[in-house]
Amino acid sequence: MKSRLLVLVAVLAAVSLLMTPPLMATTQSAKTKTVVIGFTASQTGKLNVEGIRQINGVNLWLEQLNAAGGVKLADGTVVKFAAKFYDDESNKNRVQELYTKLISEDKADFLISPYSSGLADAAAVIAQQYNKIMITTGAASDSTYKKGYTLIYQAYTPASRYLTGAVDALMKLDAKAKKVAIVHEKDKFSTDVVNALKDYAVSKGMQVVLFEGYDTGATDFAPFINKFPPDVDAVMGGGHFADTSTFARQLFEKKVNAKMVALLVAPPEAKFAELGEAALGIIGPSQWEHMVKYSPEAAKEAKIEWYGPSVADFDKTYKAKFNEEPSYHSAGGYAAGMILEKAIKKAGVTETEKVKAVLDDMDILSFYGRIKFDNTPAAHGLQTGHDMVYIQWQKDAKGNLVKQVIWPEAGKTAAAALMPQK
Amino acid sequence: MSAWRHPGSYLTLAIVFVWGLVVLLLGTDIMRESAFTLIMFVALASSLNILLGYTGYVSFGHIVFFGLGGYTGFYFLVKHGWSLYAACVAGGVLSALLAGLIGLAVLRLRGAYFALATIGINEAARAFVSNFEPFGGATGLALDFSVYLKYGGAGKALWTTFTVLWVTTLAVILVSLLVKHSRFGLGLMAIREDEDAAMVMGVKTPQAKTLTFMMSAFFPGVIGTLYFFKNGNVEPGDAFQLHMSIEMLVMVMLGGQGTVLGPLAGAVTYQGLRGYLLTSPIFKNLHLAVAGVVLLLIILFVPAGAVGWVRDRLPKLRRWLE
Amino acid sequence: MAPVLEQLIASLFDGLLLGFVYGVAAMGLTLIWGVMSVINLSHGPVMALGMFGTYFLFTLGGVNPYAALIVVAAGGVVVGLIIYATAVHRVIDAPHLSSLLATFAVNMIIIGVGTALFSTSPHNIDYSLGSLDVGPITMPYTRLMAALAAVLFTAALYGFLYFTRTGKAIRAVANNRTAAELMGIPSARVLGLSFGLGTCLAVVSGGLIATFFPFTILSGGPYELKSFVICVLGGLGNPLGALLGGLILGGLEGVIPAFMPVSWVPVVEFALFVLVLILKPSGLLGAK
Repeated sequence: MKSRLLVLVAVLAAVSLLMTPPLMATTQSAKTKTVVIGFTASQTGKLNVEGIRQINGVNLWLEQLNAAGGVKLADGTVVKFAAKFYDDESNKNRVQELYTKLISEDKADFLISPYSSGLADAAAVIAQQYNKIMITTGAASDSTYKKGYTLIYQAYTPASRYLTGAVDALMKLDAKAKKVAIVHEKDKFSTDVVNALKDYAVSKGMQVVLFEGYDTGATDFAPFINKFPPDVDAVMGGGHFADTSTFARQLFEKKVNAKMVALLVAPPEAKFAELGEAALGIIGPSQWEHMVKYSPEAAKEAKIEWYGPSVADFDKTYKAKFNEEPSYHSAGGYAAGMILEKAIKKAGVTETEKVKAVLDDMDILSFYGRIKFDNTPAAHGLQTGHDMVYIQWQKDAKGNLVKQVIWPEAGKTAAAALMPQK
Repeated sequence: MSAWRHPGSYLTLAIVFVWGLVVLLLGTDIMRESAFTLIMFVALASSLNILLGYTGYVSFGHIVFFGLGGYTGFYFLVKHGWSLYAACVAGGVLSALLAGLIGLAVLRLRGAYFALATIGINEAARAFVSNFEPFGGATGLALDFSVYLKYGGAGKALWTTFTVLWVTTLAVILVSLLVKHSRFGLGLMAIREDEDAAMVMGVKTPQAKTLTFMMSAFFPGVIGTLYFFKNGNVEPGDAFQLHMSIEMLVMVMLGGQGTVLGPLAGAVTYQGLRGYLLTSPIFKNLHLAVAGVVLLLIILFVPAGAVGWVRDRLPKLRRWLE
Repeated sequence: MAPVLEQLIASLFDGLLLGFVYGVAAMGLTLIWGVMSVINLSHGPVMALGMFGTYFLFTLGGVNPYAALIVVAAGGVVVGLIIYATAVHRVIDAPHLSSLLATFAVNMIIIGVGTALFSTSPHNIDYSLGSLDVGPITMPYTRLMAALAAVLFTAALYGFLYFTRTGKAIRAVANNRTAAELMGIPSARVLGLSFGLGTCLAVVSGGLIATFFPFTILSGGPYELKSFVICVLGGLGNPLGALLGGLILGGLEGVIPAFMPVSWVPVVEFALFVLVLILKPSGLLGAK
């Protein structure tokens, strides 16, 4: 008995000795590190429609990158990414508390902004105070980048370039159009948009017949609509999804006869179609649509580096995972993550200073469009490479409401149409 | 002054003093962040108590002084480059002056009418600031990040802000104590018990109430400036939150109105409860409901608040629970 | 720029239509004040409950919103009875501060639970009846119906108060509680019912508002503030004053924006509020 036991033990020992070298080899070959990306999302609250689309985009990026093996640093370390996020309830105080928590307690290495310029602005202060890089997405206001920050980078086209294209489109649609009524939400983003819009419209010879703001969360737009002159040519403005949709609905109910209605944020969302007839003819500026024509070939022609998935791939994988059409908020979320990925890959390290240097010089073309940041102190971090596209809701041959890209002319899928008259 | 003969006076001051000292010595960011919010509410609740606890006048809109004073101080900071200390004083002084002005009109109202009027004033102030261009209108004011360099960088600036807040809180508690144990305070409490009788007995009620109102308004003005400086920006929606006003009220009622330790105890308990509820997944959305239940229970069963209740039940401890 | 007459008329009409609904809401508040000297600070969230009630009946039950209002109104009375029994009854004779804080606590509870259940994302009742064109004015039918419903509910309330035994009991208790008790009226039950009537009016006005504006559990807040302004304008405790005050406020809200930026309207509203409180606290029509 004893001898057999001894033999058994010896055999087991031998087998285990034989097995260990391969195990030791695998544990020695790859060092891994987890980089924490921190952000808050408006999962509830008045910004939830846009906010959820945005985090969907970020989460898709995260999933795809980790599945592809993460990022390999210069010293061979493999970096996997983990997201840590909280619901900010579309509330500014929560944002500041939560970003402080993300940095101090959750040890986030890099940050992505919440959705909306107001919230992103609040988060930016915290990020800069604690010396962390933050990519803002879903945040177009120019004013954030004029405050002397050095670590905040913008993925979206700035607000000042949001509705200027609508004026160009209007002039093409009807050369005699002169009277423009501007009604906007009184927040940083919308205010920046309309201030730039007003200057541009006036410079093109238009007459701004109304220029007023409504408080965030307003539900009654009748007082504004009642101030439109009966021969108003265009109505422009809005704010975020909830109020803009309500505004669109009330424009329809009050039978406003304008030639063009161009509103912010809401029209490019698929959910906008739920307004039915009220949505017909409404134009909206969009950071991205799935019909855009960015491609590796276009990059080569323009002599810029291409990075990331193709437009078709992004569209397909997003639809597969979330069972809905990606909107530009989704694309913006994905792009934010992609920007960090590219910067870390190029820097080869995860140190803030080195990654910052890469971001300052970045100039790439991607499914989302061109990405290049202003690196002068006056407007550091402002997005300078990306452009807007304009969509309009039109009826297709079967009578269903669909989005068409109507501007810029080079990338359009259908001609712009006048608003149906009532 | 007779305040110093009560050990309770020293207790309250000592608690805040030691607390701040501990945070400063340990020097960790997380501790400072949570302590900042807590101490801020202790100071705000204490300032409200000066009015509510001693005169019995319930202001539902006390936050208006935080907002207007804070906006003013921040305005001088941002647009005229004043130092933080000067800006704080400016904010506090403006709040006090405004209180004096507003008080002339509304302190003549009693009970529910006064409460409603304070709500109306808060809303009017918010709507006004939202349209007031020098204060940035609806988009508010923001600090250029380079301003923090004047204080040795963002990190140091945050610590400086904390220290100033700590000192301000000690000041408001001190004022609260001094008023409570003075002849002036006695007059106020007479107003609380029966205003007409107090007038008959020779208390100059209009002046007394106005002065108290001004004192209670000064400190929120200072604190507002500090808070906005720390956040780097301010918008009308942040500065006049009726919500915050009510929370101050709950804290004072919970801890015990009219006592000095009460607002401190109330603020700490309420914030502690809130902090716990906000991060717990089950209760995250219910923190307001829980606060409501707590307030209701206090009103229905323990109107004197925690400290008040203990003082009633255990007379021996009264010396210690000011 | 000076407003054109047509614009002014259109604005006035819009404001007045809304004013009817504001009036109903304010009536609820003023009724409670008149009968038991309690200012119901849970008025706003109760209105929001009305909004949600109508919304759910419409979206999940497919019920016409106006029919749903009857159910919602009944629910409103029950809610009021519950609030009275739990929060108000014990402090009814205590200093005003107690009832103020008690009803405010109820406010916080409703909002807290509401946020947990429904979140703060906006909801919409997608019910469209089209619009009516009368000359320069285009009015959505939903707003016309709301004004009509408001008038009907007011008439029903007055009918109840003046022509039914219970209604007279309520008026008796409002007049002099002790005397009413001596006459054999069960004051606690009557008080509870009055509170329920007050909340019933609140939920009905909430439901009506929900037919043309989007809402969240927090939407009641601004309307509660408007109700205060209206009650003070019309005189606390005076239901007819509340309706009139509602029309005045609605009219002002419609007309003032024609002369100045719309965002100044709240400043004017609250300045007016504070002024009336200071100069004539009993309101334009006199308090109870």
